Amino acid sequence: MYELFSNLGSWLTSGTQWSGSDGIAHRLAEHLQYSLLATLIATAIGLPLGLLIGHTGRGAFLAINLASFGRALPTVGLVVLVFLASGLSMTPVYVSLVALAVPAIVTNTYAGMTAVDPDVKDAARGQGMRGHQVLLHVELPLALPLIMTGLRLALIQVVATATIAAYVSFGGLGRYVFDGLAQRDLVQVLGGAVLVAAVAVVLDLGLAGLQRFLFRHRTA
Amino acid sequence: MIQFDAVHKRFPNGTTAVHDLTLDMPEGGVTVLVGSSGCGKTTTLRMINRMVEPTSGTIRVGGRDVTRQDAADLRRSIGYVIQQSGLFPHRTVLDNIATVPLLLGHGRRRARARAAELLDTVGLTAEAGRRYPHQLSGGQQQRVGVARALAADPPVLLMDEPFGAVDPVVRTQLQDELLRLQKELSKTIVFVTHDIDEAVRLGDQIAIFRTGGHLVQCATPSELLARPADDFVADFLGAERGLKLLSLKTLADVPQGPAPEGGAWTLVLDEARKPLHWASKDAEIPVRPLKDDDSLLAALNECVASPGGLIARVDAAGVLTGVSSRDDIHTHAGQAHTDARARTGAAA
Repeated sequence: MYELFSNLGSWLTSGTQWSGSDGIAHRLAEHLQYSLLATLIATAIGLPLGLLIGHTGRGAFLAINLASFGRALPTVGLVVLVFLASGLSMTPVYVSLVALAVPAIVTNTYAGMTAVDPDVKDAARGQGMRGHQVLLHVELPLALPLIMTGLRLALIQVVATATIAAYVSFGGLGRYVFDGLAQRDLVQVLGGAVLVAAVAVVLDLGLAGLQRFLFRHRTA
Repeated sequence: MIQFDAVHKRFPNGTTAVHDLTLDMPEGGVTVLVGSSGCGKTTTLRMINRMVEPTSGTIRVGGRDVTRQDAADLRRSIGYVIQQSGLFPHRTVLDNIATVPLLLGHGRRRARARAAELLDTVGLTAEAGRRYPHQLSGGQQQRVGVARALAADPPVLLMDEPFGAVDPVVRTQLQDELLRLQKELSKTIVFVTHDIDEAVRLGDQIAIFRTGGHLVQCATPSELLARPADDFVADFLGAERGLKLLSLKTLADVPQGPAPEGGAWTLVLDEARKPLHWASKDAEIPVRPLKDDDSLLAALNECVASPGGLIARVDAAGVLTGVSSRDDIHTHAGQAHTDARARTGAAA
């Protein structure tokens, strides 16, 4: 056991392991690129959808059930399915990651919108704001803490799941996990897993800190 | 001037909120809509700025049918204050007040300058302007709500139970300030409340509603108190409505004479001739001197409490001008009732 951890330690800290096209630095950059791009696409889909449902109150059924749908979706299954349909490219990976992230974003955005005090919305309309002004100047800023929580949640899920890129022969930190498994190299598997976990934790803490800073004037 | 002409409001669930309402709210005056919950007073108010659309009938503000105007433009020209203040929690107090000027495209600098001016108008410090709404007390939040409604200087102000959620002491302060502001600004105000005392204090005219959205009586406070239209109105005004009428009359016309010398009780003054207390051989009783603009009700209260049945009258500086007797006050109280009945009798 001790030997395993000491091997893991030297694997993680060796200079040669960090450099080169299959080094940790490069794989990390790939992993972040997949994750951020997928979350960005998911935001572009999920945020307007959640805002629209929250603002109009129509389609609440969709927003609520999307959450359980997202949890039940088998990501690897989806990758294989899209891979079979579209052939070998990054498309199956992005489709799966986006499908994973959208529900968290829609559900949290919707939850944030419904939590806005109806008196405040009423006052906004009563002061003469038009529908889009109420949305942009009142509902969106007030829902923002919960919207950001949704984005954070989505990003963490995506970072943890982006290892599947390696499953269909692409890069990212999943490379170490899948290669390690194939080569029966436990240290490499463990190294990849630890790196993915570390990236997720660092991003989560960073975003939580950012949220606290941005919303320091808000009450609970 | 706001005119309701045969206005009817029925909600999709079938309840009638306002039933065939025809009512004029005069320009520059305070019209109070009063009644128990579910009587349609708030719906009536909200139809004026189209927060609720009437089912039939017409509502005119300044002669123009409200349904023929763009709803958002209409609302920007009408001040609106609601019970829980409805302030935007993510904006500073100053930016809350600047809302409507910004919507009207006045530019940030000008809107903020106007907002700063209004902080002062409603009795808040410049420091309060930099805070967020949740950092203020309930009473201060309501002041901000009023300032926000006044920011674009609208001729009409709608107030939906604006002082309903603050404690009685603060409520009285806010009412006093509204009366003071109204003296300067002469807005056409529509004010909704379920508190009849508030209605009597603030209203130039009071419209009483009954469940089902029926307007029962619309009259000046003294007409209403002297001649309630039916038992419902009389019950709503309460058993003390005779005394409430006295709260509308001032002491100014009640005669006063010199303070008595050598009786059982003497009025003790300080060097500036300001009343200190009533004194007999072995007791002192506090005195609450009254000014000319204090009400007959306050005078009645004071003469019941004072040992000789006399009230001490002072000028604006608090210097004694004379005393009035219980008989003088009673005579004027009776006269106030006779006058109010005679006036409304003649009108009817």
